[in-house]
Amino acid sequence: VNPDIASERQTASFSVEKLTAWLDGGAEHTRIRRAVVEAIECDPVFSRENQYFQSQNERYEAAVRKAVHLQKKMREMGWTENGPEHKYIHRALAGDVAFLLHRIFMRSISTLGSDKQVAKWIPLATQYQLIGSYAQTELGHGTYLQGLETTAVFDITTQEFILNTPKISAMKWWPGDMGRSATHTVVFAQLYVHGKCYGVHPFIVQIRSLQDHSLCPGVTAGDIGPKMNFEHTDNGFLMLQNVRVPKENMLNKFCEVQPDGTYVRWGSQKINYFTMTTVRVSVLSDEVVVPLMKACTIAVRYAAVRRQSKLRPGEEEAKILDYQTQQEKLLPQLAAAYAFHLITDYLQKLFDRGYREIQRKNFDTLPELHAFSSGFKALISQYCTSAVDICLRACGGHGYSLLSGLPSLYTRILASCIYEGENTVLLLQTARFLVKCFMAASTGQPVPPSVTYLAAVKPGKCPAKNKLDFLSPDIYTEAYRHTAARLVSSTAAKLQDLIQSGVKKHDAWNQCTVQLAQAAKAHCHYITVKNFAETVEKLKTQAGIQKIMKHLCDLFALHGIFSNAGVFLHDGYLSGAQMDMVTASYLDLLPVIRKDAVPLVDAFDFTDKSLNSALGSYDGHVYQRLYEWAQNSPTNKQMSPAYERYLKPLLHNKLSKL
Amino acid sequence: EALVINDPDFQHEDLNFLSRSQRYEQAIRKSSMMVMKLREYGIADPEEIYWFKSSVHRGRPEPLDLHLGMFLPTLLTQATPEQQDRFFMPAWNLEIIGTYAQTEMGHGTHLRGLETTATYDPATQEFILNSPTVTSIKWWPGGLGKTSNHAIVLAQLYTQGQCKGLHAFVVPIRQLGTHQPLPGITVGDIGPKFGYDEMDNGYLKMDNFRIPRENMLMKYAQVEPDGTYVKPVSDKLTYGTMVFIRSLIVGDSARSLSRACTIAIRYSAVRHQSELKPGEPEPQILDYQTQQYKLFPLLATAYAFHFVGAYIKDTYHRISGDISEGDLTELPELHALTAGLKAFTSWTANAGIEECRMACGGHGYSRCSGIPDIYVTFTPSCTYEGENTVMMLQTARFLVKSYTQVSSGQQVTGMVSYLNDLSRQRIQPQHVAARTVAVWISDPASLVEAYKARAARLVEAAAKNLQAELNHRKSKEDAWNRTSVDLVRASEAHCHYVIVKLFTAKLSEVSDAAVRAVLTELCLLYALYGISKNTGDFLQAGILTDAQVTQVNQRVKELL
Repeated sequence: VNPDIASERQTASFSVEKLTAWLDGGAEHTRIRRAVVEAIECDPVFSRENQYFQSQNERYEAAVRKAVHLQKKMREMGWTENGPEHKYIHRALAGDVAFLLHRIFMRSISTLGSDKQVAKWIPLATQYQLIGSYAQTELGHGTYLQGLETTAVFDITTQEFILNTPKISAMKWWPGDMGRSATHTVVFAQLYVHGKCYGVHPFIVQIRSLQDHSLCPGVTAGDIGPKMNFEHTDNGFLMLQNVRVPKENMLNKFCEVQPDGTYVRWGSQKINYFTMTTVRVSVLSDEVVVPLMKACTIAVRYAAVRRQSKLRPGEEEAKILDYQTQQEKLLPQLAAAYAFHLITDYLQKLFDRGYREIQRKNFDTLPELHAFSSGFKALISQYCTSAVDICLRACGGHGYSLLSGLPSLYTRILASCIYEGENTVLLLQTARFLVKCFMAASTGQPVPPSVTYLAAVKPGKCPAKNKLDFLSPDIYTEAYRHTAARLVSSTAAKLQDLIQSGVKKHDAWNQCTVQLAQAAKAHCHYITVKNFAETVEKLKTQAGIQKIMKHLCDLFALHGIFSNAGVFLHDGYLSGAQMDMVTASYLDLLPVIRKDAVPLVDAFDFTDKSLNSALGSYDGHVYQRLYEWAQNSPTNKQMSPAYERYLKPLLHNKLSKL
Repeated sequence: EALVINDPDFQHEDLNFLSRSQRYEQAIRKSSMMVMKLREYGIADPEEIYWFKSSVHRGRPEPLDLHLGMFLPTLLTQATPEQQDRFFMPAWNLEIIGTYAQTEMGHGTHLRGLETTATYDPATQEFILNSPTVTSIKWWPGGLGKTSNHAIVLAQLYTQGQCKGLHAFVVPIRQLGTHQPLPGITVGDIGPKFGYDEMDNGYLKMDNFRIPRENMLMKYAQVEPDGTYVKPVSDKLTYGTMVFIRSLIVGDSARSLSRACTIAIRYSAVRHQSELKPGEPEPQILDYQTQQYKLFPLLATAYAFHFVGAYIKDTYHRISGDISEGDLTELPELHALTAGLKAFTSWTANAGIEECRMACGGHGYSRCSGIPDIYVTFTPSCTYEGENTVMMLQTARFLVKSYTQVSSGQQVTGMVSYLNDLSRQRIQPQHVAARTVAVWISDPASLVEAYKARAARLVEAAAKNLQAELNHRKSKEDAWNRTSVDLVRASEAHCHYVIVKLFTAKLSEVSDAAVRAVLTELCLLYALYGISKNTGDFLQAGILTDAQVTQVNQRVKELL
């Protein structure tokens, strides 16, 4: 182990093992997680060793190979879909595996299909006798579902639906596993019966032959080409020309077209939206918070072994982690990783509870949960994406090498700002909920517990007298609460004013959207800070961990005030002098947390294989590893054909024209 | 440009579908063609070469970048006439292809930390080059991996048992004719990167590799046959090259951001989504306020940076006359300013390109949108030619120095002259922060004053915090480190002020009324958006009131 990193671990103020267990939700979970990771990493089929050198074709092939092998592995190990091991499999594979959309295909049939349809399709899918995908997004239409243009026309004479892609913008575009793998897909299309449109409905459509995998008649499909990442996934396009499917292929748990063409709808569709919202929440932890934790691990460990310039004349070059500017880049991101880990945990529990309520046909919490999932998905994915980018750039030149692992983490996490709902659109959904609750609260009507604070908007001043006061969670949580409430109320007021002055409701809404999005973010930021502070408060029993977690909580909160000073100063809630105290307290925290920085990332407990980074490994031998890995690059394995073809003629040409 | 576009040899293939090796091969092919054609057309002016090159490679890197951009110019400025004969003409004729090997695996912006050694052996009149550790392996030089047969290597010179610091040596690395690495040389490609697929960034390890004494570039410093070391006259001259390259990066920030804006704005005009009013067809997403708020400030920024890039280049050309006459008075300020502006514009453009990409939703993520490639090609500019945070701190050092001069009663000139006002105010009992500037939010000139006041306040605050730390602690260096976050903020505020000022100044030079009108709106948008993103600074310093900030936010939205 590199002595520069070994020394960092000797001074830890807490037990890394205890913190890891706490993050996992108990030592038993840590044990299971490690067992799963171990089983997968020691299996050569799951190796990611050459990942950075692979082409799109090779990545795809490896992902399919892993997906198939995983089925075998799960049987061997006795892991099941509902077992405690399952949620760690994805983490161990680092997501580079095919058929994720196959699972969405199954989930959509389970929730939208009738019992008969479930009985027919789910066993086939479970045994991989078909491979499914989920075709919703079109070339010209994304988050706004009503705008989809694919059509499904009911033909009474044959009792079939005829599916068509009427124009280029209606082509299905982006669905994963569809470019090359899938045999079936759930297509979302506008249903027409007797010339009347009934809106978007899901249909199961076979797109490839089960014998030779060739495309079915009327189907045009393929891969959409290179992306920033997800090279292992065959995101695809799909065009349908008079493709006929039997009547039974429309998923009909909630509505049906009867043989004579009568359209019947029953039950509530609300539960469907709930499926969407739970997906959003589960994506946050695996695809957003975990990558940030990895990026922090790589960047912090590298900063502890990279030496650059001198802090004091005559001494050896200093670790870059000792520079205030480097601490100010990395440590707030580390604090954010903890903050968002805790909030996603909290959301997960909230949703599990909500799910049980909904099964009892109680839909009361649905609007609040929906607002939660949209707002937090937007805040967290956006925040973590820029945090990973900061980690990447904090590693200087070597961060730019794929071998650092950071570019791949970045290009992958930034897709999360778009999928499962574009962030701006989601923030505005949360804002709509907040404005509605604010209106209700101000007329004395009951509102969900998370927004009762909106009722108590009043001008005030922060009571802090010196910089130490800003290390009190009550002080800063109150500042966030006040600011969020002010932003919601002032935007709601502006919206009212516009409408009263005669501006049409929709135009007024559009004119307020920049502020509405800001208000929604402030709300989620406030809840995140509050949850962090409350979690730390409850840690009393684990004194060793509580102290460092309190520091991180303070840092996360003060960083937010420091970076958004304007909104806190705006109505005079904080004074200029108080803002200077915030800055002072914030900067004072950096050297304190810096002492525990390496143990804090060690506690995330990523194996070297799962980091797959030449800069981030546990032993800190970055330069040797970088050199070895580079030598394995295929570019060094053969004489470059460019020399014979171009360089040699160039070098030997005397260019007599001169 | 037209020369290139109409030439079938430079026809554009779809880069999106090429592997990394193919991209390298294509780039080499085009570079070879390019060099031939440059000769054919007789293009020799560095700026014309730069434009020709940009057209051929469409703004993408290429393996001969370092040969043309560093190897040849370094020979020109640092080689003796004898060395020019020996190396420059063969290099110009491309019998020699060179690169510039400075950065090492363990050492970047802090040059003095480089570990490669060149030890003089008077017995054979040779230098012995060594890479003594893993961290001393040369790492990153472009064109080193596969293309070059020579490199200018920066190494610590040892002669007569003493270290004389960094010097440049011309080192042959591959056999002419076979292109095989020479004995004692280990060279190769550093593997896959975020972008720069067409560039063979390489590594170089030397093991007791000997070169003749005459291969040290000796126009300034010299080692005589017996090993006696002769010192160079001045070292400020190297500033000139750095200023020039950084001015190119500022221009590149403007160009890359302009490209991304062009794609995102055109796409927003044709993409329809959701509904603004019930019953109406889906509107162009460019009509959504949130979309406008994402893109138009970036468009304004692209214009602002364009003018800044042009300003630095002009200033450089203006004073390079003075430089060759030995007058270096303006150089330190320009050097300090370009360091900060390089960092400021590359950071902003980097984030802006990403913002453009995300404003294109899912399709922005496809490489076919073109934005991912703009991003990965541009983003390393935050690191190369000086890591941005280090650059900001260089500017800060100059600002603090100027502030100290002012405090001790001297006047300063140039872009920092606003610091002179600080001392004048201090004569009055009022603190600078309490002073209110009458700000008219629709008048660019008045906004320049607001930015000036903010910069003055942040420079003063940083300088005072530094002083306070100095009073608490013994070491100057600790105090500097503990203030560096404040110092970076001060530099940013200074650069922001300079940019708003230059943009505003440009307006009066525009003669066409319609163009002036639209540029004025962009200038206002740039300045006001900057305020609305940094309201904390303006509120805290008392430059603007709450009501004014609300007006600023409102005006930004009206300008959209």
